[in-house]
Amino acid sequence: MSQSITLVEAVNLALMHEMGADENVVLLGEDVGVNGGVFRATVGLLERFGPRRVMDTPLAENLIAGLAVGMATQGLKPVAEIQFMGFIFPVMEQIIGHAARMRNRTRGRLSCPLVLRAPFGGGIHAPEHHSESTEALLAQIPGLRVVIPSSPARAYGLLLAAIRSPDPVIFLEPKRIYRAVKQPVEDNGQALPLDTCFTLREGSDITLISWGAMVKETLEAADTLAGDGVSCEVIDVATLNLLDRDTLLASVSKTGRAVIIHEAPRHGAMGAEIAATLSERGLLDLQAPIARVTGYDTVMPYYRMEDHYMPQASDIVDAARQTLEFA
Amino acid sequence: MNEMAVPLPDDIDGAHALELFRQMLRIRRFEEKCAQMYSSGKIRGFLHLYIGEEAVGTGVMQSVAPRDAVVATYREHGHALLRGISMNAVMAEMYGKQEGCSRGRGGSMHLFDKATGFIGGNAIVGGGMPVAVGYALAAKMQQNGAVAWCIFGEGAMAEGEFHESMNLAALWQLPVVFCCENNYYAMGTALDRSESQIQLVEKARSYRVVAEEVDGMDVLATEAAARRAADSARAGNGPYFLEFQTYRFRAHSMFDAERYRSKNEVHEHELQGPLRTFGARLEASSLLDEQRRAELEADIAREIENAVAFAESGTPEPVSELGRFVYSEVQP
Ligand SMILES: Cc1ncc(C[n+]2csc(CCOP(=O)(O)OP(=O)(O)O)c2C)c(N)n1
Repeated sequence: MSQSITLVEAVNLALMHEMGADENVVLLGEDVGVNGGVFRATVGLLERFGPRRVMDTPLAENLIAGLAVGMATQGLKPVAEIQFMGFIFPVMEQIIGHAARMRNRTRGRLSCPLVLRAPFGGGIHAPEHHSESTEALLAQIPGLRVVIPSSPARAYGLLLAAIRSPDPVIFLEPKRIYRAVKQPVEDNGQALPLDTCFTLREGSDITLISWGAMVKETLEAADTLAGDGVSCEVIDVATLNLLDRDTLLASVSKTGRAVIIHEAPRHGAMGAEIAATLSERGLLDLQAPIARVTGYDTVMPYYRMEDHYMPQASDIVDAARQTLEFA
Repeated sequence: MNEMAVPLPDDIDGAHALELFRQMLRIRRFEEKCAQMYSSGKIRGFLHLYIGEEAVGTGVMQSVAPRDAVVATYREHGHALLRGISMNAVMAEMYGKQEGCSRGRGGSMHLFDKATGFIGGNAIVGGGMPVAVGYALAAKMQQNGAVAWCIFGEGAMAEGEFHESMNLAALWQLPVVFCCENNYYAMGTALDRSESQIQLVEKARSYRVVAEEVDGMDVLATEAAARRAADSARAGNGPYFLEFQTYRFRAHSMFDAERYRSKNEVHEHELQGPLRTFGARLEASSLLDEQRRAELEADIAREIENAVAFAESGTPEPVSELGRFVYSEVQP
């Protein structure tokens, strides 16, 4: 039986499912219990599973992460929430310094199957810390998996996979599209793979590569381009680490052209890693330079300038046209 | 008029008492206007109102000297106004206009002003504490007699930064006044659900910091406590901790289901609100009457209308400035 739900409801549904299926899954974070989370992602879970498994913690982010590390090494499966990605910096100490390295450091004897959930990205009219898109900082870390859903169905399936993953997973939720669309999602407990890009639309002329909330504008751009007779292949990367290079390369070997779209600043971001991969291993397939449509190398501005910061569908269309016109 | 109100002490400076009332009223009305502008979409993002807690900032700010620094939180509109940032500049900032005190870049949570030593609003809980200690360390090294005023909510006391800051400030005897605005809830988490020791002064004392509990709803009490703290810090006796017991009348930010407290609880506190109780005492002492009240309200309303007009007619930052101020424009 499937129900039509939003992305944030799909997060809730996956948590509900997995907590019901596996008593080792526990939730912790600031206001995840009584208040049901700042974005209501954990609503109803305290009532259903009780305070032993849904824990409101004091305000202390590095503590939350460290607790998750300790519990995870003992066979529990903690899912910790950080209210906004901008509060994740103190968490880095535990997550990068310990969670990511536990398996390697102990030569496989201890592992850290935790999930750290955080809403991320701009477009909600909030400045700085409340609009960050710093996924590249995390995606660079060996040992961490970084996963970003872009639809309710993928939020459900990927979060299940993240919780079941034997490795620590940073699960970044694009809050701009938390409630943007509803989609039928079947609560069937089926996880999606954590090592595969999702080809959302097949096409032959150009590959548009994106993730998170920008998938929305990317699909809009593909629609516009389709009106011009351009056939776009649209790929949602979804798992930034480990990156499914094969799907990306296969697509570009077919289309010969690629535009990478992300809202994070351009310098040193995931777009650069993907572009490097495509040129290292797909150079002979490329018929035009790889284009990037990204945020700017600046601090996320307050709302008046937000639209100028955030890539728009028209920017993607322009970049695609330029790429297509390259002789 | 509240017939139970206790008149003010005989030796009170009536004009000063009335001024304290005016300052509280000014920030109350300003924030009510902000809430309205938020609802009509003129202000976006987050908006954390100080309504109910005005006696704390108002009392504290009386002892803040020009050279001092104030390090506040995202609930800092009142402190910014009290510190002397113009209402025009604060309102324009909320609107995201260039004429704002952070040139429209910070908004409600990031009010900054170099001239008045307002070292921010800070959107990160606890993030201002080490900064305030650093300011105090600079003041001590530069022997300029300045004090750092570190303002935070009780929720921040669970962060490591609180403990690190208290320890060092005490160890190095730095001139910082820690002002805890205890409104009993950190977003939806009640104090006793997040602190093992809810006698917050005991935490400070464990670092050998002088600590006082203060009735944060009584502006005379907050003013007197802040004066003691300032005198002590300026005399070189190191840090001071003040726990102001207060209450937030509105939601945490503009959206908050308030599942963690009852309407009745909020109402009980509103009856003890700082404006209501102090206003009644002023009346009992014949320092305030209907007419004086109306005059105060009219003056404040005028200032607010001007600030709104100023913000409305302000200019957005040109898009070409999007990349400015990330790095210095002076080449090293
Ligand atoms: C490091 C960090 N964690 C979480 C948040 C989200 N948050 C904002 S305010 C707040 C509650 C803070 O409570 P308290 O310190 O008591 O201050 P109050 O808001 O009551 O004035 C939380 C959890 C944040 N801004 N920064």
